[in-house]
Amino acid sequence: MGENRAKKRKEKRFYDYSLLAVIIFLCVFGLIMVYSSSSYSAELSTGNSLYYLTRQGLILCGGFVAMIIVSKMDYHQYARLAWLAYIAAIIMMLLTNFTPLGREFNGQKRWLGVTETLSFQPAEFVKIALILTLATLINRIGRGIDTFRGLFLAVALSLPPFILVGMNNLSSGIIIAGIAFLMCFVGSKKKGIYIFAVVLVLGAAVLVVQYGDRLVEWGILEDYQLNRIRVWQDPEAYASTGGYQVLQGLYAIGSGGLFGRGLGESIQKLGFLPEAENDMVFSVICEELGLFGAVCVILLFLFMIWRFMIIANNAPDLLGALIVVGIMAHISIQVILNIAVVTNAIPNTGITLPFISYGGTSILFLMVEMGMALGVSNRITLEH
Amino acid sequence: MKRKDPLWKRNQIFHRRGIVAFFLAVTVLLLVMGGRLVYLMIFRSEYYMEKAEELHERERTIKAARGEIYDANGTLIAANRTVCTVSVIHNQITDPDQVVEVLSRELSLEPDAVREKVEKYTAREVIRTNVDKEAGDAIRAYHLDGVKVDEDYKRYYPFGELASKVLGFTGSDNQGIIGLEVQYESVLKGTDGKILTMTNAAGIELDAMAEDRIEPIPGNNLILSLDMNIQQYATQAAQTVMEEKNAKAVSITIMNPNNGEILAMVSVPEFDLNDPFTLNVETEGEISEEERQNLLNQMWRNPCISDTYEPGSIFKIVTATAALEEGTVSLDDTFYCPGYKLVGDRRIRCHKTSGHGSETFVQGVMNSCNPVFIEVGQSVGAERFYQYFQTMGLMEKTGVDLPGEASGIMHKLEDIGEVELATMSFGQSFQVTPLELLTAASMVVNGGTKVTPHFGVAVESADGSTIRRLEYETEENVISEDTCEKMKMILEKVVAEGGGNNAYIDGYRIGGKTATSETLPRGTGKYIAAFLGFAPADDPQVIALITISEPEGVYYGGTIAAPVIRDIFENILPYLGIYPEYSQEG
Repeated sequence: MGENRAKKRKEKRFYDYSLLAVIIFLCVFGLIMVYSSSSYSAELSTGNSLYYLTRQGLILCGGFVAMIIVSKMDYHQYARLAWLAYIAAIIMMLLTNFTPLGREFNGQKRWLGVTETLSFQPAEFVKIALILTLATLINRIGRGIDTFRGLFLAVALSLPPFILVGMNNLSSGIIIAGIAFLMCFVGSKKKGIYIFAVVLVLGAAVLVVQYGDRLVEWGILEDYQLNRIRVWQDPEAYASTGGYQVLQGLYAIGSGGLFGRGLGESIQKLGFLPEAENDMVFSVICEELGLFGAVCVILLFLFMIWRFMIIANNAPDLLGALIVVGIMAHISIQVILNIAVVTNAIPNTGITLPFISYGGTSILFLMVEMGMALGVSNRITLEH
Repeated sequence: MKRKDPLWKRNQIFHRRGIVAFFLAVTVLLLVMGGRLVYLMIFRSEYYMEKAEELHERERTIKAARGEIYDANGTLIAANRTVCTVSVIHNQITDPDQVVEVLSRELSLEPDAVREKVEKYTAREVIRTNVDKEAGDAIRAYHLDGVKVDEDYKRYYPFGELASKVLGFTGSDNQGIIGLEVQYESVLKGTDGKILTMTNAAGIELDAMAEDRIEPIPGNNLILSLDMNIQQYATQAAQTVMEEKNAKAVSITIMNPNNGEILAMVSVPEFDLNDPFTLNVETEGEISEEERQNLLNQMWRNPCISDTYEPGSIFKIVTATAALEEGTVSLDDTFYCPGYKLVGDRRIRCHKTSGHGSETFVQGVMNSCNPVFIEVGQSVGAERFYQYFQTMGLMEKTGVDLPGEASGIMHKLEDIGEVELATMSFGQSFQVTPLELLTAASMVVNGGTKVTPHFGVAVESADGSTIRRLEYETEENVISEDTCEKMKMILEKVVAEGGGNNAYIDGYRIGGKTATSETLPRGTGKYIAAFLGFAPADDPQVIALITISEPEGVYYGGTIAAPVIRDIFENILPYLGIYPEYSQEG
């Protein structure tokens, strides 16, 4: 042990400062955009235009500390507690879904807690717990993931959180499924079955869009789900009902043009665009900073994801690589889905833009995930 | 040296490949998103920006003042008064209960009706228009959030009832409903201005945004030939005779026969232009909305142009003119009236049942002798007589600048038999409007020119800088000068020595013709007494027609209608600068 430590001290340890820089940049940028997009509605509803900004800022400070601490921890240590986190996550979801501790907000039961300030969205915790659990599992069974039994195990582990979260929050459910899928994909050597799955999902999507009416008749699809597809296809026809949010978002995006109205100059955020500081924050970015700003944000995320790839590829072991892959999957899916929803490329489903959208729980657990990714990067030794 | 998981090392290659594949997929998807953004923000930018502008821009109109109406002397007869429009903006209301309470109290509205509008989710809901300025100021003084008081103009008629059926009035939206207000809508109506402002979702204007202001253009002023002094005098005279004779209605039209300018048009009972929706008759019990509307339409109706009647003896002017013009009769021709005339198998009586005996044509006109005119009519013949109906404008609208004009009701030429021709000769069996008759008579006395009767003389811009005179069609030499001179002479004799004697004024040369006709349908014992007069008889400057509908007691036009015209002429002739030429020797 002593000898090991002595050796380690000599090794030059890596720490991904570029990732850290882009995290800090996105967080600060997020704060600016949260203030810009929320000050008007905050002033109206709470009388304090800084309400969302201060809340987000405080949570972010806490999250930043948590990130640094986690990044200095050995992921092997906390990965051992993955099963505990998994069980805790399941219990939390059960409590949220089936006990009065679950709190409803905007008609969706996604919150766990006793009061409004003392509550959080367990779905965010479930994502971390699942990443750790799957990473541990795949690491342990190794090539076994290519066997039917191994795959069955991974699916069996992913299914309960997927169902529990998906019940009240379809978009988080999709993210969980996506994370699990991508982790297994990376972990296994036989890729064919995964490509087949992707084709299957795409085929199903086409089927739903094409034959939605019949699927509703047969009871496979709910009416409101089909309606969302109809709204997606022609939001202007549903301008005052389901299409309102998307359409207002499109107005904002379209008004942006090449360089936007200028920071803070959005008009759509002045009560026209619902959830301007939340799900729809990207359209405010488009309106204020234009195509130029929006592309910069996309490039920042792409850079971040590229850093995850570098860390995962160079991780000292499979466990670390898979943890980073899970995080990478989480961020990528969420960014793509959010932008796709805001630009009406896919039917509307409530999803936030990581680091930028307002949301306490989300930002806190995101920072923990960043800490984990940075922690893995910190275990990379440079050969010299 | 490095402590690495052996399995990891072995598998690293395919893991890496998976991760890179995943990253590439993410890159492609983000590129697609970027492409989607380029599409939305470059190619669709204009479309969405326009949509957004539409959403953000709030348009407020600045009402343009409606043009004013002046009479011939430049007296203002239709003016504008400032009134307020009270509306609420749902999003801005902070205390709905207070808003409902104040508005229902100040505007005397049902609280429930106000509440319904206050709670309605619209950008702007109008609570009430045409609110008095005082009430508007009172509401404004409460400084209620979300309550807007906008100033607007409302028509105001300083003369109240005078010429009500001619001027007409405007509705709550300041648009003409009847009369000249409708006819000259496009002249009087201005162009509303606009204030374009950017607003947030609550409709609150954004200070930083530039506001586009388009100034309103006030409507043009209209100058009429109507003379309110004459109108007033004629109205009083009509009112007096209506009350004396307990008549249903009395209409008087006074016109300049030379150019068709109407100086006065009275139809009593008139109504209050400042309160045009209140009936001027008593109603029995509850009436339905439809009945009420019918009564209102009846009240607003201008009988001088909209109602037709059998003109009776006044029409003999036309018959005589036709005969003289055609040369089928001369002034000295003698006729014999036994008190009736047989036409076909019918015996048509003269109003003097004992008969006028032997009389010349001139005496026949003075006596208003029906048998004489039957013969005269026969001498002209149906076809030529019919032509005079046409050339003298009795078969078409006069073209007066008022809406709702009717035209005469006439037989078809092929339907005119002996009896029809006979009755037509003395003004029965067909109908004309009083204005048609007056216009035809004008042609006879002005030297044969067909004029278009009218009120509008000129249109003037609001600041008075430009004036456009209104032109009307005239048709000269429809009747020969010679016939006109003869007719004026005869008609002067009618007043000086004949049946129109009651219209005679010392020192004036007055021409005229009386008429007494039965109302249609016949046999109700109701009559219309009428008189047409003009002065001076040798060079007429003014021509007037009075019709008294359903008088009680004596109903002869010469007895009850002619004195009214005399009374009016006595007063308006000096006013018009026409003074007595001679005075009767004491």
